[in-house]
Amino acid sequence: MIQFYLNGRKIHTDALPGSALLDFIRNEQGLKGTKLVCKEGECAACAVLVGTLEGGRVHYQNMCSCIMPLANAHGKHIVTIEGLNGEELTPVQQAMVDCHGSQCGFCTPGFVVSLTGALLRAERPGYRQLLKAIDGNICRCTGYKSIERAVQRIAEALPEEAYGLETLLQQGYLPAYFRQMAANLATINEPANDSRPEKEPATTAPLYLGGGTDLLVQMPRKVQHSAVLPVFTQPALKGVREENGRCTIGAAATATELEQSGVIQSILHPQDDFFHLLSSSPIRNMSTVGGNLINASPIGDFTVLFLALDSSIRLQAGGHARTVKLKDFYRGYKKMDRQPEEHLVAIEFERPPKGVCFSFEKVSARRNLDIASVNTAASLAIDGAGRIQTIHLSAGGVGPIPMYLRQTSQFLRGKVLDEPLLKEALDVLQEEIAPISDARGAADYKRRLLRQLMLAHFLKAAPERVDILFVARSS
Amino acid sequence: MNNNNPTPFSGNLDAVNHVRGQSIYVDDLPEYAGTLHAKVFYSPLAHGRIRRLDFEAAAQLEGVIRIFTYQDIPGENQLGNIVPDEPLLAEEEVHYIGQPIALIVARSPEIAEQARERVQVDIEELPPVTEPREAFRQGLLLHESRKFEMGDVETAFAQCKYIFEGAAHTGGQEHVYLEPQGAYAVPREGKAFIHSSTQGPTQVQRTAARVLGVPMNQVEVDVTRIGGGFGGKEDQASGWAALVAMAAHLLKKPVKYILSRHEDLLMTGKRHPYDSDYRIGLDEHLKIQAYEAVFYQNGGAAADLSPAVLERTLFHATNSYYVPHARLTAHCCRTNIVPSTAFRGFGGPQGMFVIEAAIHHAASELDVNPMEIQRQNLLQDGHIFPYGQVIRESEARNCWMENIERNNLRRLQEEIRLYNASHPLSKKGLHLMPVCFGISFTKTMMNHARALVHVYSDGSVGISTGAVEMGQGANTKMVQVAAREFGLRLEQVKIETTNTTRVANTSPSAASATSDLNGKALLDACGQIRERLEALLREEWGLGEQDAIQLRNNTVFVNGKEQDMSWEQLIQLAFFQRINLSAKGHYATPDIHFDKKKEKGHPFAYHVYGTAALHCTVDCLRGIYSFDAVHIVHDFGRSMNKGIDLGQIEGGLVQGIGWMTMENLQHTPEGKLLSQTLSNYKIPDIYSVPKEVSVHFLHTDGTEKAIYKSKTTGEPPLMYGIGAYFALYDAILAFNPEAPRLYHAPMTPERVLGLLYASPA
Repeated sequence: MIQFYLNGRKIHTDALPGSALLDFIRNEQGLKGTKLVCKEGECAACAVLVGTLEGGRVHYQNMCSCIMPLANAHGKHIVTIEGLNGEELTPVQQAMVDCHGSQCGFCTPGFVVSLTGALLRAERPGYRQLLKAIDGNICRCTGYKSIERAVQRIAEALPEEAYGLETLLQQGYLPAYFRQMAANLATINEPANDSRPEKEPATTAPLYLGGGTDLLVQMPRKVQHSAVLPVFTQPALKGVREENGRCTIGAAATATELEQSGVIQSILHPQDDFFHLLSSSPIRNMSTVGGNLINASPIGDFTVLFLALDSSIRLQAGGHARTVKLKDFYRGYKKMDRQPEEHLVAIEFERPPKGVCFSFEKVSARRNLDIASVNTAASLAIDGAGRIQTIHLSAGGVGPIPMYLRQTSQFLRGKVLDEPLLKEALDVLQEEIAPISDARGAADYKRRLLRQLMLAHFLKAAPERVDILFVARSS
Repeated sequence: MNNNNPTPFSGNLDAVNHVRGQSIYVDDLPEYAGTLHAKVFYSPLAHGRIRRLDFEAAAQLEGVIRIFTYQDIPGENQLGNIVPDEPLLAEEEVHYIGQPIALIVARSPEIAEQARERVQVDIEELPPVTEPREAFRQGLLLHESRKFEMGDVETAFAQCKYIFEGAAHTGGQEHVYLEPQGAYAVPREGKAFIHSSTQGPTQVQRTAARVLGVPMNQVEVDVTRIGGGFGGKEDQASGWAALVAMAAHLLKKPVKYILSRHEDLLMTGKRHPYDSDYRIGLDEHLKIQAYEAVFYQNGGAAADLSPAVLERTLFHATNSYYVPHARLTAHCCRTNIVPSTAFRGFGGPQGMFVIEAAIHHAASELDVNPMEIQRQNLLQDGHIFPYGQVIRESEARNCWMENIERNNLRRLQEEIRLYNASHPLSKKGLHLMPVCFGISFTKTMMNHARALVHVYSDGSVGISTGAVEMGQGANTKMVQVAAREFGLRLEQVKIETTNTTRVANTSPSAASATSDLNGKALLDACGQIRERLEALLREEWGLGEQDAIQLRNNTVFVNGKEQDMSWEQLIQLAFFQRINLSAKGHYATPDIHFDKKKEKGHPFAYHVYGTAALHCTVDCLRGIYSFDAVHIVHDFGRSMNKGIDLGQIEGGLVQGIGWMTMENLQHTPEGKLLSQTLSNYKIPDIYSVPKEVSVHFLHTDGTEKAIYKSKTTGEPPLMYGIGAYFALYDAILAFNPEAPRLYHAPMTPERVLGLLYASPA
């Protein structure tokens, strides 16, 4: 039995835990304001708020209900557009109307839901933060400028004094029932249990299911009809910790949790905004770091990032655990050094010491919310004499697996960086990779692109040692 | 009786329901108990002969009700409108991947999908053709070729000082209306009632009647609104509606089919890709003397709207420029991809891109800014289009000059020069994009509309037109018309769904003509009722012909003086006097004609003008880019709703930029679409749009042929986006002056990087 609050009402349901929340909302509950558009988390027309009780407060995040497993709704407050409506328009709705932020209307509920979710945080959000909340919402009519104006208006009108739930309630941003939600959620104590009569004995192990951002896109029917084990219910898999410079990220930590921990930003070069280039807010709120690694996509953003951090991963099967270097984990296209019964538990890496430049680069057809043509990361320490002390290079989109660039890293390690060396290294790089032509670009393009992004790493790490025009001259 | 200026209104009345999630689209309608769900089984190959179809395993699946093939179609197995060349369900041959072969009807969409996976098909593979030039070589045409000619092209070229020739390509474009295609058919006492997500309810009605083999009066089509259309639901909504109508008719049960996004991407037509050749000749003053272009349109596997799209390419092949000697030829090529269809601009953008490319080519060879050539050739009154229409009330030059002045473009050019000189790996570019777009369906007979108005006995007003609301604000503009004509508040007027039994024989909501045609028909209907009310008042109050009666603020005014009679009292009086309070209005655009034999005439009611200045920055290390600003000066005439009209400009611009930059529709040589999901086909998101967009409403007199002189705004702004390609080129050339001149859109980051580091051709 899965229990949760849908808007103001408590739900008990025996619906399949692996089915999509959106189908439950639209088909079972008849709430038609949440729209089905892509079923792959690409547009957020299906955005709902997911409220989690933490420390007596309900924390809300927007998520794509089209690929969110119903199981993950257990114990949560799910808010659809209907759950925001009052007698009058809310200030968010009013701003969208007044600034002409809605044309055909199909994407509009998703925008309103995502924006309202962004208000429900401890701190008063500014324009940029509100914009970030709708970075996954696609609109085909407006060209977004009117939506930007609506967001501007919302940001300016937000109460300054005593910002918080109570003020938002008083000023009509939310219906009154939100006030009771923390108490309501506290009544759902027991974990979800599948009380449906077993159709067949569970001979296979349950499917480990995270945010659903891959599995419900790739194999929705299989997930729907499988027994699932939601990884978010496993405390051992959660959290981002750092002790004595060693960072441990639980496999079930979401991208947002990792972002909020600040760990990655504190390591990355200040020019880089990794999370900005990583999918969209609703997807970051759902997707797990571990899922990105286990998906084994040759172009996974997290994978490429962690490869250059020379990370290890911890795998567990029953009582048996082992640690593998991430760079040894991928064995071929979607092939991993993993037994079927083994599960990824955590990712671990040493925080790069001071003086290391850690750089991430990604180019995609669309800058945001897109899969890379090529992505790459570099961990580089270059001493005063120009000698490369530390180097770990990685790249995605240039081979069947996310690549740790062993040969290129090896070639450069310990040498003094100058232009002839770099040129030679770029030749080694071209030998090491084997991109193919596909929807994300021709093989030649990917070769050139990785070369350019490699230069970008070195420009960040040692701007004084790389002549900026070297690039143009040596094409 | 004349009416007064209304209170200005800006905005979309439907938005209130939109923001509450209460607007109803087809998939949101309550379902009747027992509703069945359909899915199409489609061709997995681009070209072939069906040897064998085996539905046995599929039919055995529990919950599968029936599987229909072409043999079950009671009427005609035909979707083609202009050319009858498109079966609803494939018979012996298949011509593209995604072509419907059978309709599976089951108790749920999931069961239908599972059944689909069990269908076995054996197809003898035939070689597919995906490129239009290749199709032309093989003589594969969907329709006869067209040629527009003016002046003496060869003599003019012989006298030109400069001549440049080359080739250009523009890619297709997926509509990505957020609401997928779909329809829901309900049998009602033998009659078919169809809810459809369509821009053309009459087209759906006509097609369904043809497929069912019944007269049109046996089919009723109702459209509440659609979640975006952009042309994609003009003709191509009909197939899905006809399929469910057939299933509902034969099974006597309600049947629904809402396409999944994947199905929609795979099975529905997109903007036509074009390959083109151009030759441009200029005199020493950079005046274009001669222009020749040949267009190879990739029409896909069936004609659909391609011949009409092709025609508009020719109409707009010279865009905003006067070309005294022109020869424009266009071929409608048949290939093995899904039939291409209408998309905002309807062939116009493809034609305009080519002349912009030709001008850019000439400018870069002559080492002048393209602006110098553009400026010399902008349309002026008295000029003639290659199709014979004489230019009147041209705003081309005004928009252009106003843009340069208002936005200080000379200074911006200088700033860009300085920026580029001091930034080795980052370059800025600027391009001006003038647009001139003709308003009317190019098929003259389609330029008519009707509207039905009821004034109820309590004074409330209900209106019906042929306009389909799809985000363009047609509903709001219609309500504005009725409210203005009766002197009422907008809330007193209710717009009804678009329904073929209330308003018949409608043209689709397309060609940017919706508000003009339907608005004018509505004007006529309201006028009839007003005249009856006026006659009543003259009689009741003994007024003479010289006394002016006005309706405003819900009240009757005589000679400017407020009378003690409200609108409601007037209506009650009229009702008791047995006055007809309903009216049907009609409008047919006057003065338009076109002779296809001579390829000359006056096809457009009027033209819309504007100029956009697009300003971008290219990261020359990574080959990525962003748009700093777009400044637009646009001729709205006298906008009746600035909020809606501004939204059309901004939305059209961004759609056009998307087409020119990231929207990369790719097929394999086997005819397989590579972008079958939204993770593989990217449309602009909030971060990729220009950081700043300014739109200046050029003050013009408008035209009587536009509703209230408020020129239409639907399609023209899309073509501002073409400037994105050339702005990026400008920046690329600042980095690599040796880059070859390559006019191949879209300008993806892949192409940008290629050009940045390309050696001279």
